[in-house]
Amino acid sequence: MLSIDNILETNQMIHDNKLDVRTITMGISLLECASSSGTELCNRIYDRITKEAEYLVKTGEDIERELGIPIINKRISVTPISLVAGGSDLTTYVPVAEALDKAAKAVGVNFIGGFSALVTKGATRADRILIDSIPEALATTDIVCSSVAVGSTKTGINMDAVRDIGIIIKKTAELTKENDALGCAKLVVFCNPVEDNPFMAGAFFGVTEGDSAISVGVSGPGVVKHALESVRGESFDVVAETIKRTAFKITRVGQLVAQEASRRLNKPFGIIDLSLAPTPAVGDSVAHVLEEMGLSSCGTHGTTAALALLNDAVKKGGLMASSHVGGLSGAFIPVSEDAGMIDAVSCGSLSLDKLEAMTCVCSVGLDMIAIPGDTTADTISAIIADESAIGMINNKTTAVRVIPVPGKTVGEVVEFGGLLGYAPIIEVSPYSAAEFIARGGRIPAPIRSLTN
Amino acid sequence: MKLVVTVVGVDRVGIIAGVSTVLANHKVNILSINQTILDGLFNMIMMCETESDSTKDLTTIQEALTQLGTELGVEIRAQHADIFLAMHRVG
Repeated sequence: MLSIDNILETNQMIHDNKLDVRTITMGISLLECASSSGTELCNRIYDRITKEAEYLVKTGEDIERELGIPIINKRISVTPISLVAGGSDLTTYVPVAEALDKAAKAVGVNFIGGFSALVTKGATRADRILIDSIPEALATTDIVCSSVAVGSTKTGINMDAVRDIGIIIKKTAELTKENDALGCAKLVVFCNPVEDNPFMAGAFFGVTEGDSAISVGVSGPGVVKHALESVRGESFDVVAETIKRTAFKITRVGQLVAQEASRRLNKPFGIIDLSLAPTPAVGDSVAHVLEEMGLSSCGTHGTTAALALLNDAVKKGGLMASSHVGGLSGAFIPVSEDAGMIDAVSCGSLSLDKLEAMTCVCSVGLDMIAIPGDTTADTISAIIADESAIGMINNKTTAVRVIPVPGKTVGEVVEFGGLLGYAPIIEVSPYSAAEFIARGGRIPAPIRSLTN
Repeated sequence: MKLVVTVVGVDRVGIIAGVSTVLANHKVNILSINQTILDGLFNMIMMCETESDSTKDLTTIQEALTQLGTELGVEIRAQHADIFLAMHRVG
């Protein structure tokens, strides 16, 4: 029997602490859509997505209404397009991106991810076409998200791809400069990507997956912060335990939503992504959770330790609450999407260097960081190389989503709107890494013993 | 389906009568009623049961309760009990 406290606690989490299910993401394999004709390929992709995801949005809305918990986004992830389009006669994959955009809009989802290439060791002809198509694809579509995997612990880092992606990010910024380089907010560069991630912009549906699957990404930094408010001054043992209990409760809701969506849509349940994903709304910030542990401002000394504890405790608490955990699970630290991070950058306590340190222990990487528009492609590539090295050596997913905003520089603010939020431009090192990036080739895969 | 109806707001005459009437009109059976004052606000929780499992019927009930809430100046929600059971009960 439920107690009155249980019911009030759940509703307080939802209404006061902004607990929500961030996304129901349907993964759809597009491998069967391959065709030698580009037109036929695009038609097949459109037909398959609109057929498979026809009821996704309605089902999400039904569950939202019945359970009384907001489900913020409904999304689709697809097979990396370079794998699907490789056999076609297309010399640019922009038409494929347009087909994805059209299909996603037809079924009413918020985003579709998978305009992607996996080039951790080398790039095929199709991979190169895809990467070259990214700037125009992101400029001409609205809700298509793109990602490129440039490294992994098993393969090392493809520095040719790292070099090229720096240029691609600059081009994307230039083509979408009217919208403050919004295109770059839809492009993620990965090391050790996961194949079942429901979160954007880095979602794609890996080739080891089946025909389709339903995955759910939970959220709830506000709930964790609220729980920690009741244990102020207590030891870290208590802090860790409190986060675990809270993460368990949050994840149970995600599991329930995923099971229901899976059953109603008659698609296999994929995974729950146990993530603390912030939004720019007040009271929904990961930075504020870290500050609640006793830091005067996110980014000061102690922040990495606080984030390490948070990330680990979220996973431990969530694991038992779900039958299958996957994705990027952990605490996200996207700057523009987190009110506390934005304040920390504005007041000077959070720098790019500290963010890089934090990515050693957070769930992903350098995320939604606005940098000066005059940052060179080499410098962006060097940022990606550093971040990939952290992922490669530590056997974790890392990613870079930086936005070089044309015409803007340190001290100015860029507004992306909606879940993407707004961000002060952050300073990058003025010293060049051009010769380092010009070398190309591969950084070899690391040794997995003698790990001191 | 099992429903949890929660009412939060300033106490006044007719809240229970109003909610019960709406529920009865929609063939919802009340299993238990519990109430408490929290942060100076009236909090009432009703465990209910309805024979229908359809989202459409639940939506109709939710709309009727929301309208009543506006009239009474309180917030009324009806949710499927599963969300509370999932969060607070293991097994």
